Amino acid sequence: MKRSLFGRVWPNATAVVLCIGFVFPVYWMIATAFKPTGDIVSEDPVWFPTDITLDHFRTATGADHFWTFVTNSLTVTVLAVVFSLVIALAGSFALARMRFRGRRGFIIGFMLAQMAPWEVMIIAMYMIVRDASMLNSLVPLTAFYTMMILPFTVLTLRGFVAAVPAELEESAMVDGCTRMQAFRRVILPLLAPGLMATSMFGFITAWNEFALVLVLNKDAEAQTLPLWLTSFQTVFGNDWGATMAASTLFAVPILILFVFLQRRAVSGLTAGAVKG
Amino acid sequence: MTVQTERPPSGPADVHKSAGGGGSGRPNPRASRIGALAPYLLLLPACAASVLLLGWPLLKDLLLSFQNLNMGQLIQHVTEWNGIDNYTEVLTGEEFWRVTLRSILFTAVNVALTMFLGGLVGLLLARLGKRMRFTLMMGLVLAWAMPVVAATTVYQWLFAQRFGVVNWVLDKLGWHSMADYSWTSDQMSTFFVVTVLIVWMSIPFVAINLYAATTTIPAELYEAASLDGAGAWKSFTTVTLPFLRPFLYATTFLEIIWIFKAFVQVYTFNQGGPDRLTEILPVYAYIEGVGNQHYGMGAAIAFLTILIMIGLTAYYLRIVLKQEKEQEEAGL
Repeated sequence: MKRSLFGRVWPNATAVVLCIGFVFPVYWMIATAFKPTGDIVSEDPVWFPTDITLDHFRTATGADHFWTFVTNSLTVTVLAVVFSLVIALAGSFALARMRFRGRRGFIIGFMLAQMAPWEVMIIAMYMIVRDASMLNSLVPLTAFYTMMILPFTVLTLRGFVAAVPAELEESAMVDGCTRMQAFRRVILPLLAPGLMATSMFGFITAWNEFALVLVLNKDAEAQTLPLWLTSFQTVFGNDWGATMAASTLFAVPILILFVFLQRRAVSGLTAGAVKG
Repeated sequence: MTVQTERPPSGPADVHKSAGGGGSGRPNPRASRIGALAPYLLLLPACAASVLLLGWPLLKDLLLSFQNLNMGQLIQHVTEWNGIDNYTEVLTGEEFWRVTLRSILFTAVNVALTMFLGGLVGLLLARLGKRMRFTLMMGLVLAWAMPVVAATTVYQWLFAQRFGVVNWVLDKLGWHSMADYSWTSDQMSTFFVVTVLIVWMSIPFVAINLYAATTTIPAELYEAASLDGAGAWKSFTTVTLPFLRPFLYATTFLEIIWIFKAFVQVYTFNQGGPDRLTEILPVYAYIEGVGNQHYGMGAAIAFLTILIMIGLTAYYLRIVLKQEKEQEEAGL
């Protein structure tokens, strides 16, 4: 089927426009971060930074407790992702491969849990944590983040486990593996992209979490990067250079991870996420 | 023509037919007893975590919503039950209903835009050549991967009153009154920016998802359709659309949840302002509860919010329930 010239041009033209639209905010963030203040507050925008400066990054990383925030964020996020993966893997295996009473109930339960509006339950969470004398600690934060990403992880991994042909597992068991061995040697390696995809989602959720840490941890020693990021507007007024440098630093780990893994993980994430 | 449209084509249905965790096919009675317990044991950690970390806060929230709990009671650790006073106050007040309506409209507009535009971008991806598709995909992934807090900050800068790029462009396009426009000063313009932000962040997921789904449509279906004399539009409505339906349901469900809960975008962009006019339910519950220190009241609003959300997604949950039932009856 031969398409007319117009029919061939417009999809590409639209794609180019869309691409610019999606990339521009990211580009502008990074460009602003590297521009000297004079170029940021100019009557006509400087589209391409010519004088590169690292001043804004120095301001951003020079903020009090910066490295504490980095360590806290990494600790909380990585632990939450690991915990939820381990917990979810067991559960999702049962949901995908086994037949038992109440299976449907569990699935609906996790779907409901995924809807939990955490931001509105903050008051209750605050009271619980306060009564346990655990304010300004990373422990409740890690626990709640684990829970925030758990339902999604269970449901998504369930799709991935189901997608591994049961015959592979069976033939491994015929060859003398126990069910556990079959799982470890056959299913787990095939699940790698799925695990990566789901952990990425978890990583982003925990890395971004803002409302809970805002309420629970007033002490800077126990705060995380999102609070640091939003603090710039009040601390520096309209220092857009420093704000954008902070945003860049905050976003770059995830952007790199995402772009780097996108082939395997992104398609995996989408495939796993929609399998009802 | 409606074959295979009931559930995602590569869904679990076709794979776990022969798995049977109950030790079926193995005669050893002890093994089968352990086998019968195995799924529950495997689910135990996930359920325990859910009960402790989600169930408990929910219960606590419900209890708090029946208490008169303000700053004073909070500091002195006293519990003052006041029955359904919080609920009557919330439900008889105008504010709650206004915020609810606003939330639902906000969610509806954002989800509709996201699904419609995301769907179009997904179909476009399917039509592009390999290199162009990769480029657009990378662009989408970049936007998708932007952390919400960072993205919101960037949008504040793009739409900044002074030196913001958007105002500059509008001015240069001849709309001179926008040269120094403050987007945060007005309800509708705040919502406009938040909507652009949310749609921008949400389209990639929908588009990539639907594109992935279109690649699984068997070519024979299109061939059959064209043999039946179907044109491009006809084959779109009879083949593509029915095939994509389960994906569309699933993504719409996720988008409704995510957008309804869009706390960070609304709160960090303008704190629900100006004059609390852009508060959606989660922001309202937070500002009323934590900000104005009416904790009991905030808890009541929170609980009502949860009920509304379940109501909004009930339709989809019913579909899932039915699907799972059919699968189980089909012998799993």
